[in-house]
Amino acid sequence: MNKQNTAMNTDTSTFDIEKIRADFPILQQQVNGKPLVYLDNAATSQKPRQVIETLDTYYQEYNANIHRGVHTLSEKGTAVYEAAREKVKTFLNAESTKEIIFVRGATEAINLVAQSFGRNTISAGDEIIITELEHHSNIVPWQILCEQTGAKLNYIPINDAGELILEEYEKLLNKNTRIVAIGHISNALGTINPIKKIIDMAHAVGAKILVDGAQAVPHTKVNVKELGCDFYVFSGHKLFGPTGIGVLYGKEALLDAMPPYQSGGDMIQTVSMIKSTYNSLPYKFEAGTPHIAGVIGLGAAIDYVNELDLTVTAQYENELLDYANEQASQISDLKFVGTAKDKTSILSFTLGRIHPHDIGTILDGEGVAVRAGHHCAMPVMERFGIPATARASFAFYNTLAEVDALILAIDKCQKVFG
Amino acid sequence: MFDIKDLYQEVIVDHNRSPRNFGKLEDADRTLEGYNPLCGDKLTLYIKTDGDKINDIAFDGSGCAISVASASLMTDAMKGKTLQEAESLFNHFHSLVTTDDDVDMEQLGKLAALAGVKAYPARVKCASLCWHTMHSVIQGDNTPVHTE
Repeated sequence: MNKQNTAMNTDTSTFDIEKIRADFPILQQQVNGKPLVYLDNAATSQKPRQVIETLDTYYQEYNANIHRGVHTLSEKGTAVYEAAREKVKTFLNAESTKEIIFVRGATEAINLVAQSFGRNTISAGDEIIITELEHHSNIVPWQILCEQTGAKLNYIPINDAGELILEEYEKLLNKNTRIVAIGHISNALGTINPIKKIIDMAHAVGAKILVDGAQAVPHTKVNVKELGCDFYVFSGHKLFGPTGIGVLYGKEALLDAMPPYQSGGDMIQTVSMIKSTYNSLPYKFEAGTPHIAGVIGLGAAIDYVNELDLTVTAQYENELLDYANEQASQISDLKFVGTAKDKTSILSFTLGRIHPHDIGTILDGEGVAVRAGHHCAMPVMERFGIPATARASFAFYNTLAEVDALILAIDKCQKVFG
Repeated sequence: MFDIKDLYQEVIVDHNRSPRNFGKLEDADRTLEGYNPLCGDKLTLYIKTDGDKINDIAFDGSGCAISVASASLMTDAMKGKTLQEAESLFNHFHSLVTTDDDVDMEQLGKLAALAGVKAYPARVKCASLCWHTMHSVIQGDNTPVHTE
């Protein structure tokens, strides 16, 4: 190990890493006296100045409430807000902006579907399928729905590499299956699931399918029309946008038939003391003043990744992962957790008897930020018989030199514990 | 600027590698579990008392180096103490890892090795899990302890 070679040539020659890094002001700092090496991108991504400046401009120049004011600032705010919805529609290749609902994040989107679509369509004896790989946000809403309705929750198991066992999925599917909810990419292991096949299999038995794309949208182009999924959700903050904003995509006919999730202003057409009528899509699901700045910032984040081209950045991230894997495999006692053939740029590992929290602290002392813990995916940890892993997750602004810094810091862990 | 060696002192590395008083105490008369749900640290504390004196004490479970070393050092320090002395030590230790107050280092002995934790707010709960569990035992509380 300790190979200090950072001069690896990449095929992504049009990829100007220094120019990209200059867009992220936060990366230009020292942490604990060392240059920051930010490898916790699966938890949240950093924000380019284009997003930060967009938020700044909104608050400095046209902050106003939207959809109601007749004054100039409100009209400007409404126009930029709705333009962001258009950007999300194009980003996901949805049919219509009516299918794009702004929510707080992937978690709220899943809760919305479970409580609005789920409670309206699920009853005792029905079955819901999720997987052992899921983030808690795609487990607990379905557990609650099952408790409320008497439906049964089944899990697709994973193999030792951290890949879904599709034969087992096939066996779980039957005429009682109503909903399949599955992560596009695993946050704990980086496994990319064969999502198109999983969607088709769900539809073959008449089930509806929700895809949790929180980890996928920063790394891969998503085309909901081509996938054919019924719902697709993601969070803005993992896509280089602000926190507190996310997206629920749903097929128009499904959303149309669903009752409101929350109620209040903006989601109604008329309110009398006896009864109210609801607004049309997508506003029916956006009660109250929305996170206007968040939506506008998300629009700027989408412009940013479109400019970079996700296919190019994904290729660069794969090169980072390959290099990290190669370097890490030379560290004695380092065990990879999650070795799927089809993987995004996440390196989850254990290091002999050294607890991941100690790894996290020692790495931080070297300026290297990683996540240590169960990654809100306790069933995955249980599957591998470990309490936690350390996880380095890469974004397109990371470098091969930063991989070297990670490897050196891991080496330091072993030295501290002798 | 903190040196990582201030946190992971030799005593801590040693007590993590070979924890003292580790294992189940079959004839314990007081037993209590402690958890850090967010990080997954868990331990069970076993105490055998004679009147108000701690005759024997042990722990088992799993956790990071800080939580294991802290439990190892604490159980070493508790042996032969009265419950009142144990409670006094708890207060001293609590001050050591959470405040800038002057703490009687002499009374803390080897436990002073955990002083470095104070500089790492996210890790204080690791060091204090066993202590809060001990505190609950002394208070006669039977509900498992959470330190999140």
